[in-house]
Amino acid sequence: MEWLRSLMLPPQGSQFAGEVDNVYMGLFWLCGILFVGIAAAAIGFAWRYRYKPGRVTPHQTHNTTLEIVWTVIPLLLCVAIFFWGLNGWMKYAVAPGEAMEIQITAKKWLWQFEYPDGTRTANEIHVLVNKPVRFVMTSEDVLHDFFVPDMRVKHDIVPGRYTEVWFTPTVLGTHHVTCAEYCGKGHSDMQAKLVVDNEADFQKFMETGGTEWEDYKMKPAEWGRIQYERKGCSTCHSIDGSRIASGGPSWKGIWGKMEKLNDGKEVLVDADYVRESMMQPQAKIVAGFDPIMPTFQGLLREHEIQGLIAFIKSLGNNPNGGPPAPTVLSLPPKPAGASGASGTTGTK
Amino acid sequence: MANTLTSRGKIADHPRPEVNYLNASKGIWSWMTTVDHKRIGVMYLVGVLTAFLMGGIFALFVRLSLLNPKHMLFGKVLMSAETYNRVFTLHGVIMVFLFIIPSIPAALGNFVLPLMLGAKDVAFPRLNLASFYLWVIGAVMAICGMIFGAIDTGWTFYTPYSTTTSGTVTLMVMAVFILGFSSIFTGINFVATVHKLRAPGMGWFDMPLFVWGIYSTAIIQVLATPVLGITLCLLALERVFSIGIFDPKLGGDPVLFQHFFWFYSHPAVYIMILPGMAIISELIPTFSRKTMFGYRAVAYSSVSLALLSFIVWGHHMFVAGQSQLATVIFSALTFLVAIPSGVKMFNWLGTMYKGNISLETPMLYAISFLLLFGIGGLTGIFLGTLSTDVHLTDTYFVVAHFHYVMMGGTVIAFIGGLHYWWPKMTGRMYTEKWAALGCVLVFIGFNMTFLTQFFLGSKGMPRRYYNYLDQYQPLHAFSTYGSWVIGLGMMITAINLLASLRKPYDAPDNPWGGTTLEWKTSSPPIEHNFEDQPVLERAPYDYRPEPVAH
Amino acid sequence: MEQQFDTSKIGMWLFLVTEVLLFGGLFVGFGMMQARYPQEFLEAHEHLQRPLGALNTVVLLISSFTMVMGVLSAQRNDKKKLVMYLILTIICACIFLCVKYFEYSHKFEEHLLPPRWYQAQPGDTVRDAAGNVSHGYGTFFAFYFMMTGLHGFHILVGIFLLAWIAIRAHRGEFSSKYYTPVDLVGLYWHLVDLIWIYLFPLFYLIK
Repeated sequence: MEWLRSLMLPPQGSQFAGEVDNVYMGLFWLCGILFVGIAAAAIGFAWRYRYKPGRVTPHQTHNTTLEIVWTVIPLLLCVAIFFWGLNGWMKYAVAPGEAMEIQITAKKWLWQFEYPDGTRTANEIHVLVNKPVRFVMTSEDVLHDFFVPDMRVKHDIVPGRYTEVWFTPTVLGTHHVTCAEYCGKGHSDMQAKLVVDNEADFQKFMETGGTEWEDYKMKPAEWGRIQYERKGCSTCHSIDGSRIASGGPSWKGIWGKMEKLNDGKEVLVDADYVRESMMQPQAKIVAGFDPIMPTFQGLLREHEIQGLIAFIKSLGNNPNGGPPAPTVLSLPPKPAGASGASGTTGTK
Repeated sequence: MANTLTSRGKIADHPRPEVNYLNASKGIWSWMTTVDHKRIGVMYLVGVLTAFLMGGIFALFVRLSLLNPKHMLFGKVLMSAETYNRVFTLHGVIMVFLFIIPSIPAALGNFVLPLMLGAKDVAFPRLNLASFYLWVIGAVMAICGMIFGAIDTGWTFYTPYSTTTSGTVTLMVMAVFILGFSSIFTGINFVATVHKLRAPGMGWFDMPLFVWGIYSTAIIQVLATPVLGITLCLLALERVFSIGIFDPKLGGDPVLFQHFFWFYSHPAVYIMILPGMAIISELIPTFSRKTMFGYRAVAYSSVSLALLSFIVWGHHMFVAGQSQLATVIFSALTFLVAIPSGVKMFNWLGTMYKGNISLETPMLYAISFLLLFGIGGLTGIFLGTLSTDVHLTDTYFVVAHFHYVMMGGTVIAFIGGLHYWWPKMTGRMYTEKWAALGCVLVFIGFNMTFLTQFFLGSKGMPRRYYNYLDQYQPLHAFSTYGSWVIGLGMMITAINLLASLRKPYDAPDNPWGGTTLEWKTSSPPIEHNFEDQPVLERAPYDYRPEPVAH
Repeated sequence: MEQQFDTSKIGMWLFLVTEVLLFGGLFVGFGMMQARYPQEFLEAHEHLQRPLGALNTVVLLISSFTMVMGVLSAQRNDKKKLVMYLILTIICACIFLCVKYFEYSHKFEEHLLPPRWYQAQPGDTVRDAAGNVSHGYGTFFAFYFMMTGLHGFHILVGIFLLAWIAIRAHRGEFSSKYYTPVDLVGLYWHLVDLIWIYLFPLFYLIK
């Protein structure tokens, strides 16, 4: 029946998935049979006992035995199903002690992940296959919800407190993380990638943010476009000149421009300004916009920042543009004696 | 009919009276100041059907936007994310508070309840009119709220999004507060009426099951709605005065809002379904020409559903951050509340067994109800079960489930009841074949729209989503086509009913051979319902050829 | 008539049930917040003026007594006494609202208000590292105003109802055969009094 299961349910990515799917399929068959019974009775009776003038119907007011049977049997079934569901849920409810703990801070409208060693990522998380991982989550603003369909886990993220969810991924590959509690305009854009790696790839990711960027070494603007979509920039900044409501300035044609700020001053849009806007977005606010951009301090790798800068430049520039945008992606040199992940800007 | 109930006066088989409740007094002022429950019922009917139309149009727009992931229609983007969020919010708010909660009790219940009890009117006729005006005021406030900026919080108003977002949240929330009082007053009226205004000879277990259903609903209306009232007040105060109860930045607790909200809103869904079930309990015996199987069981199940509905609210919050113990307890109790609904299903089928069944439109709707509410109720099991709920909650699975029970259940029953009592209310017979076509189209369209959504949900598609992954597009598109079929079916139904009003009076007192008291007076009824006080001399749903003494 | 009297009593009792649930929600909310901020609630409630609260409690109890006497007078067909007792009840209600006014203005002066406007008091011990007081103090006063305010609103509505009944009584509309409205308003009034009996200890007295 795998074809039927895969028709209705996502791929099984965690150790929970099998159990949850069993309950789901069990209920599917049970409810399917019950429904077919109900439909057969309703339609069958309507046909079999269709109207004949003059026919007298039996005056059956009740049948105590029958009524007791069809009350007690469903009750017993319900009790059984309750325990079946409880059993699976109990495993999900308590995380094992040796799980790797990852902190999630959800905000409108992006996912910030932080590893035990302080490494931070945005909208992308790598975990080790066959090792339990526990997510400790909070929100900076409104309710969000961490939902990974393939893993069959879901839990609300509540501002002002911490909630938890855990699982053990069992299959290598990329899975979808999606916000499942309505949080406003960007609710359906709040997506992240969860990548299940083996030991070697996981280490690579922790050090350099994976290997994908290496393919784009000579095409920084393209890499920047990918970050534009993945890191949540597209939710608030357009690239066609249009203004996104409750968002930020469009990136089209701003490179090299003298941008007016809300305090009357002007600033040149160059690599330094773009970098500062990502790290300290409240430092300079463009006139006519609100100071609502979250900081990406610690959330972007150096090559991702360079890519974004190159991408913005590629969207049309002022001929008198300032310092050049990066033409090649690179990593900053490792400081002497560095341990753990490097390649992220800002402090850990 | 051979097996008619008797009364002291001659109210069966008599010529149509010249003067009935519709033409007894003329002019809009006579309608606006009426205390006749029948006129108030008709005014409510017009109101809630208008709300249904508005909510339905918003629904069509929601589905239209979801036709493809880019929201393109004829090469242009149909609406922005903000607009989409407002449209689905308004769809929910209108459908829940302006349409479905009042619908059956206020529009049909008001009309039929006193007639079924053999009474002249409800217990508090002026309170009834006040109820109606409160509905109107709430509706006007809600419309103003829509025009002056609308809201994008979802109909559930979860905090802290609802306490911090811009838009006319306070106005909308106060509109719902007023609508709540309309509901409370209707509930008070019906409880008092059922207790005190029954015809002589009508004990509790001689009442039609429609009355039991409305009575149980009224209990919930009285007990649950005030809690919604205070919740919305607190929400408004939080927005205006920052009192610090729900917003964590002010020291509040967002999950507390959810507890408060669902403490009302779960019983509220029983306010929605119990009247629907009550109608089905009328339709099936009548069109099967057979006594209701298990009358007492059905009556008791209505009351027990009303009471049990108050102790399961936490099943909306399994992943919201409530305690694990609470989660387990609520799941167990939720299974308990499934049993009375199942009992009713079996009793209805038992009534049809060995019946003499004709398939006029009301019966078509009743059978649709059995199938659609069957699916809706069964899918509730997936959601009450803890391990599957974690995966399915907040996805389209839930959206499909509640549309099956609320629309496939209540709305289908409502339209069935409307067709059933239409001759009584208007004195006209609608055209049967168009009505049946409308029913079939709605049934097909409904399944097209919502059956697909179970699969969208189980595959991981979250709800309230403007954008979606490409892989979901085929199912979304199919669902949207279904919504068009529903729209067509509803339009045919509406036009057919309205067209009947252009005919002269042609409905007999009892077109369906029903046994309850409303069929013993003329169609439409006279102003004070019965010529003489009817006295009950036999139980309802007694189709035996020889009348048996009560 | 009997049936009508019984029926309207049912209606009134049902309405009173809704009132209990309405206030009940607030009581539950208060309970949850007190569990969250026990120390702050304890300190904040010291600022309430117990003598005034006690005075108001006595005034309302007297008003309930005069209301009962009013209903009794109606049963005994004593129009003069009925009107007198209704007026006395109204006077008590007005005294209640006046005392409320003094209490409220005291709170406004001392900035004992919901969190957005609350100003720290000398006795407030729960603060964060920067010296800002915890939200709990403001939350206490938010509930104070909400609950006593909603209650005060019900007293105000009661005054109008009592006045209406008094006018009708003066016109001779009631007798021992028909005094239903007096009875129903009496029920309403007793509930409003009862709610205060719960509010007073909850806010002013509990340690």
